[in-house]
Amino acid sequence: MILLENALLFIILAPFIGGLVAGIDRKLTARMQGRVGPPLLQPFYDVGKLLQKEQIVVTPSQHFYILSYLVFIVVSGALFFAGGDLLLVIFAFTLAHIFLVLGAYSSYSPYSFIGAERELIQIIAYEPMIILSAVGMYLVTKSFFVWEIMGSSLPLILYLPGVFLGFLMVLTIKLRKSPFDLSTSHHAHQEIVKGVTTEFSGPMLARVEIAHWYENVFLLGFIYLFFAWSPPVAILAIIIVYLLEILVDNTFSRATWKFTLKSSWIIAGMMGLVNLGVLYYLSAVVPV
Amino acid sequence: MSTLSKSPWILHYDASSCNGCDIEVLACLSPLYDVERFGIINTGNPKHADVLVITGGVNEQNREVIKNLYHQMPDPKVVVAVGICASSGGVFRECYNIVGGIDCLIPVDVYVPGCAARPESIIDGIVKALSILEEKKEKMALPVRVASGGEQ
Repeated sequence: MILLENALLFIILAPFIGGLVAGIDRKLTARMQGRVGPPLLQPFYDVGKLLQKEQIVVTPSQHFYILSYLVFIVVSGALFFAGGDLLLVIFAFTLAHIFLVLGAYSSYSPYSFIGAERELIQIIAYEPMIILSAVGMYLVTKSFFVWEIMGSSLPLILYLPGVFLGFLMVLTIKLRKSPFDLSTSHHAHQEIVKGVTTEFSGPMLARVEIAHWYENVFLLGFIYLFFAWSPPVAILAIIIVYLLEILVDNTFSRATWKFTLKSSWIIAGMMGLVNLGVLYYLSAVVPV
Repeated sequence: MSTLSKSPWILHYDASSCNGCDIEVLACLSPLYDVERFGIINTGNPKHADVLVITGGVNEQNREVIKNLYHQMPDPKVVVAVGICASSGGVFRECYNIVGGIDCLIPVDVYVPGCAARPESIIDGIVKALSILEEKKEKMALPVRVASGGEQ
């Protein structure tokens, strides 16, 4: 059953949670590098500042694309938390990123172009694994609806360990963390000026940032699904996964786009497909 | 104090510096000084920057570059001239190829003297620039600027 109030809660609360997570991320990163680091609320200060800045419009169509990016990220997250169809969620999520790429392409800037191309490569890299995750959940719970997967008493992680590991791999791409922060990056990292966000300034960049917060909360929610049978374990898993991502971010240097594409497909193939194959075989022998 | 001065993003440009001041600017980002404590981030993109930190004096080669960078930054913005060369041209002032300090080209808000400027004084200069940033914000009539290709 679709829970509209959950969707509403997501729309209202996600920016606060996402911003706070980003703040903790920056603080922890600084500590790992032996620095004091910015205040916890720094991401909110950043966005507050960006909203006060002048908006330089490179092409008027940028507005439309970036607004669509934000709207579709919010729609996909809201659909997810309302318990909607996982495939529709993934579709809206991909569409949102296509709008970001179009926004970057709409300005005639070589930096923005390279960023857009790399964002497309990243989409190609992570998309199969995300769809495989949804398929894996379907194979176990016999439903694509998030509310049914949430309500399932089966420990999904035990059925889908490979899919989960593959998902962690693409999560690094999605959270824009090293070694896969090709198109644009967090913190003070630079990537061919600033990759896909080069030509967005002021309030427009603030919108990209807020969309990214929504996106992060949605992705952490996706991890929850693997552990949905026990909420305390799920929350612990989310925390551990995020800490691991921060550690990985600070440990590795940036990979090339070829390595990113190859490795994510190989991992998706190895972990995801083999896991699904085993699951399919087992379900033929012993019905789940 | 609004969020404006809590999150100054810096664009660092080496005009014709000997690299002495640049090393000191980058030292501010190191764990010893850690300017991210003040929310300061070194961006490589003028369109994301609030503070333009320039080292070295203006010469004929970088004249257009400095102007271009300055105009690409969204308002409100401040300019910090780091080191004596950026402030006045320093010992190179009389050279045939040097135009002078940064202020002969674009308005400078804070001058940080020194050869090379020490990281402490650079941080001090940037923190001073933040209050000017707030003042500029209050005077600013907002907001949308349509960038044109030939704007110089």
